[in-house]
Amino acid sequence: MIRARGRRLPAARAYGVAAAFLVAATLVSALVGAADLNPAATIAALLDKIPFVHLPSSLDQLDRAVLFQIRLPRIVLGALVGGLLAVAGAGYQGVFRNPLVDSGMLGASAGAGLGATLAIVYLSQLGPAAVPVAAFAGSLAGVAIAYLSGAVGGSGTATLLLAGVAVGLFLTAVQTYIMQRSAQDLQQIYSWLLGSLSGATWQQAAEILPYAAVSVAIVLLHGRHLDVLSVGDEEARALGVHPRRVRLIVVAACALAAASAVAVSGLIGFVGIVVPHVVRRLAGPSYRLVLPLSLLVGAGFLVLADALARTVVSPAELPIGVVTALVGSPVFVWILRSTSAVRT
Amino acid sequence: MIARITLAAVTAALTAAALAGCGSATNTSASTDSSPGTSPGSAAAAAGSSFPVTLTAANGRVTIKAKPVRIVSLAPTATEDLYAVGAGSQVVAVDQNSDYPVTAKKTSLSGLTPNLEAIAKYAPDLVISYQDANGLVSGLAKLGIPVLIEPPAATLADAYAQIDQIGQATGHLTQAQKVVATMRTQIAAEVKQAGSSHPGLTYYWELTANPYYSVTSSTFIGQIVGLFGLKSIADAADKASDGGYPQLSPEYIVKAQPQIIFLADNQAADGGQTPAVVAKRPGWSAIPAVKDSEVIGLNDDIASRWGPRLPQLVEQIAQAVERASG
Repeated sequence: MIRARGRRLPAARAYGVAAAFLVAATLVSALVGAADLNPAATIAALLDKIPFVHLPSSLDQLDRAVLFQIRLPRIVLGALVGGLLAVAGAGYQGVFRNPLVDSGMLGASAGAGLGATLAIVYLSQLGPAAVPVAAFAGSLAGVAIAYLSGAVGGSGTATLLLAGVAVGLFLTAVQTYIMQRSAQDLQQIYSWLLGSLSGATWQQAAEILPYAAVSVAIVLLHGRHLDVLSVGDEEARALGVHPRRVRLIVVAACALAAASAVAVSGLIGFVGIVVPHVVRRLAGPSYRLVLPLSLLVGAGFLVLADALARTVVSPAELPIGVVTALVGSPVFVWILRSTSAVRT
Repeated sequence: MIARITLAAVTAALTAAALAGCGSATNTSASTDSSPGTSPGSAAAAAGSSFPVTLTAANGRVTIKAKPVRIVSLAPTATEDLYAVGAGSQVVAVDQNSDYPVTAKKTSLSGLTPNLEAIAKYAPDLVISYQDANGLVSGLAKLGIPVLIEPPAATLADAYAQIDQIGQATGHLTQAQKVVATMRTQIAAEVKQAGSSHPGLTYYWELTANPYYSVTSSTFIGQIVGLFGLKSIADAADKASDGGYPQLSPEYIVKAQPQIIFLADNQAADGGQTPAVVAKRPGWSAIPAVKDSEVIGLNDDIASRWGPRLPQLVEQIAQAVERASG
């Protein structure tokens, strides 16, 4: 748990700021891109989609295809993925009472990486569609293996985390071995590992929505339990909370959230760590606030990061994982320097 | 497939150091000391009995003392060249990506990360690769094994010169020259039939999807498509650092409205981006090439090598150009 120095916003104001950030990020992202759409016409075309609003727009057929088939699904998918990663990160941090835990830990990223690599190398006959499914399954399998290995070692959260690190390193080693064995697939694997939203479709967004909704709902409902857990297992038990049960449920839900995100975007780091910390500075340490605010801010952060990824080297694109780490690392250091105390 | 120019250029951008050596910029056109290959002059060389022979490859001057009979090829293009010029029976091992011709003696050797001991085990008297990685040239020199580096060709003339040089290095210059002459004739015939001037036609050549890497008109592939007077949509996006292989965002590709799309990542092993998959990409139905079904799934191997099967690639391009312009 981190206590932030400085003033905290009241809950309502914090929600307002987070929502405004997401809306602004979406708008900026909708207006920029390699296709150079006319900004006024783009806004008109977007507003026109709102029920009962009818606005003429000068966008031609082609521009509309770019806006509604390429740019918008990408923004929506980015928001979904960013929200999922941030919520999963915050959830893990609560479960483990450790501010350094990320949605990719506990073997989630390593498992997804191995799954995607296996699909690219050995399942290429099934076509490109096999990769997200394999990444999803790999991510969940990674967490399951880590959780089971950790649970055997004892009840402490530290044991679980260490098991997660060990399982992650092991899975990454297997993945690296397979990559070395199949050099012709290196480029494909690397692009996947670095993360990208460039292939975003409405269908992808629709496919992960159910998993996203279920996992986020479960995590959000456990905000109060995580607050109680933060005082320690003994005290939590005295207050009627079962630490192990809460831990298992939240870890499972976070794993599902992260796996859905990873399936459609590849590995995107730092969102799950940076966003919850920014939110804590904004609104204080209570998970009842940190979790829903992380959802909003994470969504806005990734949408903005993707706008950068699409425009900085246009018409080429940066891998979004590079952008989140480039922005995320300095922000993270700044947060560490400006927070007064870290209690874990 | 690993020796493909395309992959080399793309991967170099991602993994910089390891693969930087095989980018398109490293080209030194192959040439021979005794004869420039295509000149019908040197009778001794043409007879295939002129050993020792000193050649100038990308790695400098290389002397081959006697007609090699234990050749190791670490490059799919070199393997195709060797078999085309009639040196197949002198080959003892080819690398893991040399899948053509199917009779080639495929092994687990790697041209990307060559293992010197594994190569030495075949006791070769000539090794051919497309890049000098892992100290290949200097390491094998200590064992007295000559190495020819035949890097990705920058021009068609480079590709022809490499075939000539491989012919001369193996004692098959006459047949090598015949192979080149046939290639020239076939390619010229295709260009004549489809026409060499199509100022209105543009194309998008896809090396990889997500991210989308393409080629400019100045690359090896760009020059081949340029034989028909077509321009690449990637030209406007090219930066010096791209080396002719810029990355394009889907928005850019859709807006550029290419009339033909060539897929060099079409086969399952290369990403499986088939014409059907491409047609389903969001927004791509607005591209003329997709509307008119001018999305061409290429033979990825031929499209990424610079060997004797190039006329087949040219034929596929010619057919697309004829349809698109007709």
